[in-house]
Amino acid sequence: MNKVENFRPRIEGGVGEAIVHDSAHKHVAGRALYVDDIPEPPGTLHLALGLSARAHARIVSMDLSKVRAAAGVVAVFTHADIPGENNVGPVFKDDPLFAVDVVEYVGQAMFAVVADTRELARAAARLADISYEDRPAAITIAQAAAANLELETPQRMTLGDASAALARARHRLKGKLVMGGQDHFYLEGQVSLAVPGEDRDMLIHSSTQHPSEMQRLVAHVLNIPHNAVTIEVRRMGGGFGGKETQGALPAAAAGLAAAKLRRPVKVCLDRDDDMELTGKRHDFEIEYDVGFGDDGRLDGIETILSSRCGYSADLSLAINDRAMFHSDNAYFLNNASLLSHRRKTHTVSNTAFRGFGGPQGMMGIERVMDAIAIHLGKDPLDVRKVNLYGDAPRNVTPYHQTVEDNLAPDLIAALEKSSDYRRRRAAIVAFNANSTVTKRGIALTPVKFGISFTTTFLNQAGALVHVYTDGSVHLNHGGTEMGQGLSIKVAQVVAEEFQIDLSQVKITATTTGKVPNTSATAASAGADLNGMAAQDAARTIKKRMTALAAEKFSCAPADIVFRAGRVEGNGHAMTFAELARAAHLARVSLSSTGYYATPKIYYDRTMHRGRPFFYYAYGAAVSEVIIDTLTGENRVTRVDILHDVGKSLNPAIDLGQIEGGFIQGMGWLTTEELVFSDTGKLLTHAPSTYKIPAASDRPEIFNIALWDGQNREHTIHRSKAVGEPPLMLAISVFSALTDAVASVGDYKLMPNFDAPATPERVLFAVEDVRRRSGA
Amino acid sequence: MAATRDTVRFRLDGALHEVRNPDPTLTVLRWLRINGRMGTKEGCAEGDCGACTVVLAEMGDGKPVFRAVNACILFLPMIDGMTLYTAESLSAANGPLHPVQQAMVDLGGSQCGFCTPGFVMSLYAHYRNGAVADEDTLRDVLAGNLCRCTGYGPILAAGRAMGGYPNTTEAVPDPVEADVMLALTHSDVRGGTRRFFAPHSIKELEEISAAHPQATYVAGATDVGLLVTKKLQVLQTIILVNKVVELRRIVDTGTALEIGASVRYTEAFAALASLHPDLGELLRRLGSVQVRNSGTIGGNIANGSPIGDSPPPLIALDASIVLNKCGARRTLPLDKFFLSYGKQDRAPGEFIEKIVIPKPAPGTVFRTYKLSKRFDQDISAVCAAIAFGNHKGAARDVRVVFGGMAATPKRAAHAEAALEGKPWTEPYVRAAMAAMEQDFTPLTDMRASARYRMEAAKNLLLRAWLETAATPPARIARAKALAL
Repeated sequence: MNKVENFRPRIEGGVGEAIVHDSAHKHVAGRALYVDDIPEPPGTLHLALGLSARAHARIVSMDLSKVRAAAGVVAVFTHADIPGENNVGPVFKDDPLFAVDVVEYVGQAMFAVVADTRELARAAARLADISYEDRPAAITIAQAAAANLELETPQRMTLGDASAALARARHRLKGKLVMGGQDHFYLEGQVSLAVPGEDRDMLIHSSTQHPSEMQRLVAHVLNIPHNAVTIEVRRMGGGFGGKETQGALPAAAAGLAAAKLRRPVKVCLDRDDDMELTGKRHDFEIEYDVGFGDDGRLDGIETILSSRCGYSADLSLAINDRAMFHSDNAYFLNNASLLSHRRKTHTVSNTAFRGFGGPQGMMGIERVMDAIAIHLGKDPLDVRKVNLYGDAPRNVTPYHQTVEDNLAPDLIAALEKSSDYRRRRAAIVAFNANSTVTKRGIALTPVKFGISFTTTFLNQAGALVHVYTDGSVHLNHGGTEMGQGLSIKVAQVVAEEFQIDLSQVKITATTTGKVPNTSATAASAGADLNGMAAQDAARTIKKRMTALAAEKFSCAPADIVFRAGRVEGNGHAMTFAELARAAHLARVSLSSTGYYATPKIYYDRTMHRGRPFFYYAYGAAVSEVIIDTLTGENRVTRVDILHDVGKSLNPAIDLGQIEGGFIQGMGWLTTEELVFSDTGKLLTHAPSTYKIPAASDRPEIFNIALWDGQNREHTIHRSKAVGEPPLMLAISVFSALTDAVASVGDYKLMPNFDAPATPERVLFAVEDVRRRSGA
Repeated sequence: MAATRDTVRFRLDGALHEVRNPDPTLTVLRWLRINGRMGTKEGCAEGDCGACTVVLAEMGDGKPVFRAVNACILFLPMIDGMTLYTAESLSAANGPLHPVQQAMVDLGGSQCGFCTPGFVMSLYAHYRNGAVADEDTLRDVLAGNLCRCTGYGPILAAGRAMGGYPNTTEAVPDPVEADVMLALTHSDVRGGTRRFFAPHSIKELEEISAAHPQATYVAGATDVGLLVTKKLQVLQTIILVNKVVELRRIVDTGTALEIGASVRYTEAFAALASLHPDLGELLRRLGSVQVRNSGTIGGNIANGSPIGDSPPPLIALDASIVLNKCGARRTLPLDKFFLSYGKQDRAPGEFIEKIVIPKPAPGTVFRTYKLSKRFDQDISAVCAAIAFGNHKGAARDVRVVFGGMAATPKRAAHAEAALEGKPWTEPYVRAAMAAMEQDFTPLTDMRASARYRMEAAKNLLLRAWLETAATPPARIARAKALAL
């Protein structure tokens, strides 16, 4: 009970500090271990998958004798070898691990081959002799609509009376926008290493955002209890939603082979196989019929959303719900009817991807804003501003949640000023008048993104914290690290709580053995949920330590203060480590779980009404582009972003999320094009043909600022989620391209082009505007 | 035949590694990972993502030259005699980081970290070569490394900052003496014997070619590598041509440039860019630094691809190639080499020795353009080149050549005829654009539709004309924001 020396005002690495990623040193040195880098246990075998060559066909026969006979092959497995359920689907049991009788997309897994090396397994997998009997395949949304294929009945959200509003509107426009999907292109492909233990135990190192679901699905495939399966993930080489459910098939395949052979089995998908086998962002078609006044303010809108879901449900229902949830973006629709068709197609089952349907929904309404502006001859920003949510009654969403935290008007006004938007627009219009070949465009678009899983029960999290007698802390929680900086943020929360340096907090691999029954690290909610759960665990321990300190210092617990590495009260102090040691000697537990469930949220999906979101995250971006009207080539030359992360837990991490999200969204809307053949084969299944942004695509002028504010809701240190919302800032790029193309027709005609805005689409849009304007 | 060696030798972290008769197409990436060096990652196994970037050092003109290359499609025997660096080479475990690594840490250059070792190595090669880290150069240096997390800003910032960190003591690479020809014999686990030869002289190359006329020639393996990693082909016999000294030369004859078939893009860049800046820009956009550090113009021609970027401008410049079969040489105009899709005028055992590019006569107008979905490191949807002389106000010796428009790189004969002998004015250019309908029936594929290819190709001819006007329109490739 001595006075503490080395008094410091503050800990190092607390909440709000801009700290680099916890693994940065290991990343740059090549010493961070990913699943494929874990030293292979002796006897490890390698698994490759045999994939369907047809989009929709009956499997007439599957002769695998050549596969079995191939060099190095140890075993071959089909659905007949599965002891439990032949399913890796997360919600509905409609995703077979291996196809039975029928295949429903090109690239569907039909069997697994296990061999001494990955190369031999891959070579053997191609030797299967399979005969198919083709069935009618619906590859496109239109084909699925014609065949009336859907995953569930169409869903509708209603606000007011849209058809009446349209009937009496002064202006009315109809249009359609088609958006392509997007491959996640995580740099680390899907990978799992299954290691059988004693009894029926199975340890699987999986690159997954959702360890608990991998555990559950593997257990069901193997017909063993959940407690026999442990899923561990230290880090992923990128996730973006692509490892929320899509890791299940590789994990289950490796688990099956390991259980059967009683040997470790690894599957590390080749990039082409990964891109063919695993789901992507949903393609969408959005048709709108909008009515508005002379000032551009909406009277009402009827929107029909149709998506390509692929052959199975996966998460498509929730994704399509979220497309509807964000069909308003930041705007009061006044009267709205949103109809959503979830089309089943004979293509890969589309899945979660950063934004989870939200980006597609927003694209629809932002296209509407541009169309209205051109129709009325207004600056699109003025049309956007006049439609923003405001005071009651202009604060009700189509799903009847009241917008309580409407930052958009102030945030847009600030960005409009800081980006010098008006002057630049005028300069661009002047430039375009004198430039024949190249044309420039500019646009400011907002983002309002709802935070929470819209499936309410998923909004819970657990954590496990141990304090050791040297004062060091072991931190574990259900969230997974995919590069987004979740680990460091939660560690900062715990360091802040205990008032110890961040270096004292050990970040550990996520494992289903420590924190059970977790939700996916998804919906941007990782830090919100796990930060709160970890804080809860730390507070439980801290409370016990506080009681002990109060006893030792002869004061009330309320007088005990944890500050910068020490614990003080009644004129006494000791270090955190000393108190930990004392607690152990006094037989006080220094370990606790923590738990959090998001308050206030509820949702009635039958009515599509409720409060699905705890709060909204806001942002806005101004993008400036240039196009070449001879070739359609285009570039983003400048971007200014103002984004709301509440009170940032870690500004360095948040800025990284904003920039990275923006560029990823820009890729979705410009160069990233998924091309399927008429027979359903993905033709862009590798980086040679699928083009994500490269370094030179980053706008040379790129200003990012954080909105100075805090979450009005009681979130972890009043921060806001940041994972997904910035992606949608890139919609400003698409609107700026629209603006540039519109200049060809003197801003009088709305360009018709779809996403992604490849050179081809931009050139054709330019030609179309020229034709229509008689230029 | 001269003495040969059956052991691949190279250095890694100071240690000499000797690998006897390895699988000839075992990639450097696989070798590293089999040996527990996990810092080098596989992202695509086709040389397009850069996660596997490593650095090779060789002696060139008395000083070491550092090359960032893709280890995923580089065969182990190809690094014979070289010094290999990976991300782990730059700093000891728990030791101080190299300036490149420290800059990446300090500026937040990693998020998920999977692509990071590759970025570090691309920056490291640039650092060791002592080059300037200006913004455009850095964007080029990093064009072959894909990152899905950061948006690149922090990585570019690290590249700008790395030169300002205190220097570390860099070990001077100590390449292994390449004594005699590497000749490997490998018993394949699938049965059979596979061979690999790396002749040092044209004489050795002629002999090996005569003995193995069905062998696969490899220069940079940026294309052949994919036959192994993607098509899973077993290549029985490989002849590596890039150790042949005569094929590694660039000769300026005064009237022509002669580029040896094994000269890498990077090495040919200065000479070719000196012919015309457009040619330099086209080469800069061909592949990535890693690809250009491995790939050769000879290989780009020999593989016969209809979408290779070097044939159109070379044909426009009236280049020819010298083929060699057992010492018998013949010279072929480059456009005659491409017979049909996948078929070239090359006999078994015959190899390309060099490419001869006549220097454009004074007054020659030359332009070449590349259209792709992404500006950098993308395969062309259309590649165009046009060249003509000016004779008393009329265009003469007009050559209009396109890639991506037919089954081979092809001259637009009708368009050329519409321009030949005519004034270089808009009506004739428009006539030539119309004539291109007779020259080409392009295909629709994942890169572009037939309609886009045709319209854009015509417009590129128009662009060539616009650019020869008094006030040429700006190019978009390096467009800046509007200055206010």
